[in-house]
Amino acid sequence: MLTSREKLDDRLPGAARAWLDEALAEAAHAAGRPDADTGNPPWELRFVSAGRHCGPEHADAVRVLLLVEARPALPAVTRLYEQGTAAERRAVLLALHRIEFGPAALGLVEDALRTNDTRLVAAAVGPYAAAHLDAHGWRHAVLKCLFTEVPVEAVDRLADRARGDAELARMLEDFAAERTAAGRTVPADLRTVLALTAAPAPAPTEES
Amino acid sequence: MRIFDPHIHMTSRTTDDYQAMYDAGVRALVEPSFWLGQPRTSPASFFDYFDALLGWEPFRASQYGIAHHCTLALNPKEANDPRCTPVLDALPRYLVKDSVVAVGEIGYDSMTPAEDTALATQLQLAADHGLPALVHTPHRDKLAGLRRTIDVVRESSLAPERVLLDHLNETTVRDALDSGCWAGFSIYPDTKMDEDRMVTVLRNHGTDRILVNSAADWGRSDPLKTRKVADTMLKAGFDEDDVDQVLWRNPVAFYGQSGRLQLDPTAPGPLHEGNSILRGGE
Repeated sequence: MLTSREKLDDRLPGAARAWLDEALAEAAHAAGRPDADTGNPPWELRFVSAGRHCGPEHADAVRVLLLVEARPALPAVTRLYEQGTAAERRAVLLALHRIEFGPAALGLVEDALRTNDTRLVAAAVGPYAAAHLDAHGWRHAVLKCLFTEVPVEAVDRLADRARGDAELARMLEDFAAERTAAGRTVPADLRTVLALTAAPAPAPTEES
Repeated sequence: MRIFDPHIHMTSRTTDDYQAMYDAGVRALVEPSFWLGQPRTSPASFFDYFDALLGWEPFRASQYGIAHHCTLALNPKEANDPRCTPVLDALPRYLVKDSVVAVGEIGYDSMTPAEDTALATQLQLAADHGLPALVHTPHRDKLAGLRRTIDVVRESSLAPERVLLDHLNETTVRDALDSGCWAGFSIYPDTKMDEDRMVTVLRNHGTDRILVNSAADWGRSDPLKTRKVADTMLKAGFDEDDVDQVLWRNPVAFYGQSGRLQLDPTAPGPLHEGNSILRGGE
C-alpha cells in the first residue's frame, strides 16, 4: 500500500519533509483555483521531480498525495499522464479513485492496460478499474495480469467481480488449455482466479 | 568488474544484448537521444521517442538488472530540418524528468548556421536546468569541428567541466582535455576507435576525465566494447582501479553532476513486480 502522509513524515529526512510541506501547500493553492489550469502550475514541477527530492521509494506516495491535494480537473490530469514518465503515469493511475472523476478518466486506465510495462499494468487494475471497467475490459485486464506475471493480488475487488463470472472462467480455462497444449505450466494465479469464479453470483438486484 | 556505458542506443538493441551486457558487467548506462537512421518529419515523432526513453526502455533495462538513464535533445543532423526544430520549444518540459542526466546529443554534424543555433540554445537549456551536456563531435572535418565546438562551449554559460565531448580520437584528444571538458571515446568494430588504440590514448593522456563507450546503435557496432576495452587495459598493465575509474567512476562523476543518477536498477515501488518481458495480450 502507499505510504501515508504521517508515515512519510516519519521516514523522510528533514530537507525532504520541508520540500513536501511546500509542495503540498502549492498543490492546495492550485486546488482553490480550478480555472487556473493555463500553463503549468508550480506544484506540477514538484510532481515531476518528487523522486529526486524524496527518494524513488517514496515517489509514488508523494505524487499521489500531491494529486489528491491539487485535485486537477480531467484535462489537467490527462495532460500529466500523457506528458509523464512511466513513474509519473503510475502515480496518476494510483490516484484516480481518490479524485472525483466518475468514469471519465477510464481512457487512462485503458491506455495503461495496452502497455506491457508491468508497473503500469499493476497500477491500472486498482480501485478505479474495479469501479468503472466494463465486464469485457475487466476480464481482459485480469488475463493481461496473468500474461505479464503481475500478481493478481494487484487486482482490486478481484473476488467480488470474479464471483459467478462464467465468461471469465471460460477464458481462463481456454488459456490453461493453451498453456498445457504447449507443454508450459499454468500460472498458479490462474487457478486462484478460476476458483473465485466458481463462487455463486451476487444477488441479481445489484445488476438492475 | 562494474561497467557504466555512458553512451549506447538501447532502443536499437535486443534483449539478448541486455543479457550479454549484464553478463559482461554492465550495471548502468546512459542512452542519448539521436538520429534514428530514418529522418523524422515532425516534433511528435521526437516526443514519442523521448517518452520511450523515459518509460519503456528503462523498464526493459530493469528486467536485466541495468540502471537506465537518458540524455534528451534535438540532435545535430535534424537541427537542420525546419520540420523538427520546434522540438527545441518543448525540451524544457522533458529536461525536468527524474532520469534525464544531461542534454544531448548536441553538437555539430555539417557545421551549419542552424547547427550553431541549436547547439548554443541547448547549451543554455543545460545551464538553465542544472544539467551537464553530451556533445557529439562531427565525423567529417573532425578537428576543425572540435575546435569550433570548444569555442561555442567557452561562449556559453555552461562550465567546461559540465561538458562531455564525445567521439574523440588521437587527433582531437589533446584539444578536448586542454579545454577542461570531459573526453569521450566511442569504440567501434571498424570506425571511430578500437580497443588497442584506446589503451594507447589512456597511456599517453592518463585516466582522468576520460570516458569510454560503445555508442552501439542500429549500425555495425558492439555493445560489449566497454568490457573489451577493460580487458585490453588489464592486459596492457593497467590495474583494476584504473579500469574502475574509466569504466565506472568517471561516468558516475560526470553524469552525477545532474544530481539525478539512481544506480540501483530495481528502485523499489510497491507495484514493481514484473520480472520478464512478456507479450501480454498479443
